[in-house]
Amino acid sequence: MKQRWAAASSSTSLKATSHAVADTVSCRKAKNKLPGLAVPKSTTPTTKPPLTFPGQLAQSTVRGYATQKQATAYIHGKRLYDVEKVRHDFPILNRLISGKPLTYLDSAATTQKPRQVIDELTRFYNEYNANVHRGVYKISEEATAAYEEARAKIARLINANSPSEIVFVRGTTEAINLVAQSWGRTNVGLGEGILLTEMEHHSNIVPWQLLAKQKGAHLKYVGLTDDGHLVHEDFRRHLESGGIKLVTMTHVSNVLGTINPVREYVREAHKQSCRVLVDAAQSVPHMPVDVQDMDCDFLAFSGHKMCGPTGIGVLYAKKTILEEMPPYHGGGEMIREVHLYESTWRDPPYRFEAGTTNIAGAIGLGKAVDYLSELGLRNIQAHDQELTEYTHGTLGKVKGIRIYGPENPRTKAGVISFNLGDVHAHDMASLLDEDGIAVRSGHHCAQPLMERLGVSSTTRASVYVYNTEAEIDRLVESVERAGRVFKV
Amino acid sequence: MSSIYSEIILDYYRYPRNKGDLPHAQIHARDTNPLCGDIVEMQLELDEKKTVRDVKFNGQGCAISQASASMLTELVKGKTVDDVRKISKEDVLSLIGGQLTAVRLKCALLSLKVLKTGVYNYIGSTDSTKDELSSL
Repeated sequence: MKQRWAAASSSTSLKATSHAVADTVSCRKAKNKLPGLAVPKSTTPTTKPPLTFPGQLAQSTVRGYATQKQATAYIHGKRLYDVEKVRHDFPILNRLISGKPLTYLDSAATTQKPRQVIDELTRFYNEYNANVHRGVYKISEEATAAYEEARAKIARLINANSPSEIVFVRGTTEAINLVAQSWGRTNVGLGEGILLTEMEHHSNIVPWQLLAKQKGAHLKYVGLTDDGHLVHEDFRRHLESGGIKLVTMTHVSNVLGTINPVREYVREAHKQSCRVLVDAAQSVPHMPVDVQDMDCDFLAFSGHKMCGPTGIGVLYAKKTILEEMPPYHGGGEMIREVHLYESTWRDPPYRFEAGTTNIAGAIGLGKAVDYLSELGLRNIQAHDQELTEYTHGTLGKVKGIRIYGPENPRTKAGVISFNLGDVHAHDMASLLDEDGIAVRSGHHCAQPLMERLGVSSTTRASVYVYNTEAEIDRLVESVERAGRVFKV
Repeated sequence: MSSIYSEIILDYYRYPRNKGDLPHAQIHARDTNPLCGDIVEMQLELDEKKTVRDVKFNGQGCAISQASASMLTELVKGKTVDDVRKISKEDVLSLIGGQLTAVRLKCALLSLKVLKTGVYNYIGSTDSTKDELSSL
């Protein structure tokens, strides 16, 4: 199953000649003197061989902006994928914001959508829109097949044992609420504990607070080190104190980019007979995730953070656990038989998909999975990592900057949270917006984490498949401008 | 150089006027902007004619929210409670100048919302004042 991640990494390896490298250095100098972005020109493919990315650059016509760098992602001299080609798949990247190209650095909030996904949604509504599972006519059969194929694609993506372990939900938030209210209400009792971490998103805190109130259970938290890692000792201490029924933790922090060693934590939790839920909203879109290897009991993620539509997400749960879980919502489609005073349930995953689900969303997500698999999740991770490293190297040098989380960019995902002097994050984001740069600012739905960091808010830049070093350069330039405005 | 961040805004942000506490204030209100986490607190001390004798604000947050609070204190000083009640959104926005996006409008008007909440608590509120507050 594993080799599918390597799909795109076997592409031709091209190495930059020394002449080309020298060429790129002079380009960088020239580029630095040319901060203004040119009017879009017609896109003519460059005849130069693509060069190593990042760190080396060449003049290029990415999205028609002559000042951008050659955007081809490489790792260890091996071609990852052609970023320029990828950018052409995302129509929104053609937009100009106040005359400047949209620099989208908010993919941790939601990613942009490739035309392959947009086209499939249109095709569904134009050609085979019908309700799934019950229709005996042609287009309903087509819709059902596409819906179930999407489920199978997702199962393959995360290496689930079977598509029946994949429940379609609205997103990560609903997936976690489903587990809290279905599994949690059945399995967590008075005085028992749920173990969380201080870096959780509100969606992995509030559902557990609600459950704890309903059941008289209590919440415990694994603390953080100053550089944004979990305190392993804390985790062990809580586990060994007993009474913990569930460990629920994020795979990748949406604020700090910390990648948590979930596999190790799952093993330790299982030794104490605890179930483990992994919030994979920031990991499944960005790196290979193998649920069998990780051995987590539940895994939740959102479609819209991985090039899919909004309103569709996934709960993965081990089959044996899903089978024991009572329904979350009651309604059509999830029943075997309905009588006046009682009903019986269908098997998973349908037991948890009451009513008409987001059919178009699921099919669109299936297309997004195709798209990402074709690029290769390992390649995407490497691309994210190169850009993160580049951002730490460049943004990190700005006077008065403070980047939060792991200091070593090699150990984190493509999420860079920062503050500049005493410039408030919202002022920073407004100033960046004036330059067409979209970043997030605020508490990122992680107020307890903000408290731990001792800040009220941060500005967050997050990267994905379509981002380039040139865009990071624009970010850095604009942050420097904000510094000048605020006289930092 | 920059549309919203005029020298005036930055000056009020860096060197806020009327920031602090008024222990004997008759009007006292505080609110937050849950979106941004901006906090603004307003305190007004009145004389026997119900004129604002002194006013202070306190808080933390972005330049827009804090500068607008500081500017607003200067506007209300010496006014009667009734005149303070009549201060409009437009009055505050013209103090700030520049074009604000919908999200940033909330930052700019937080101080006015806090001020009016305090005033209505003092003089008594009606349904229309509640509508007015929720429109800010």
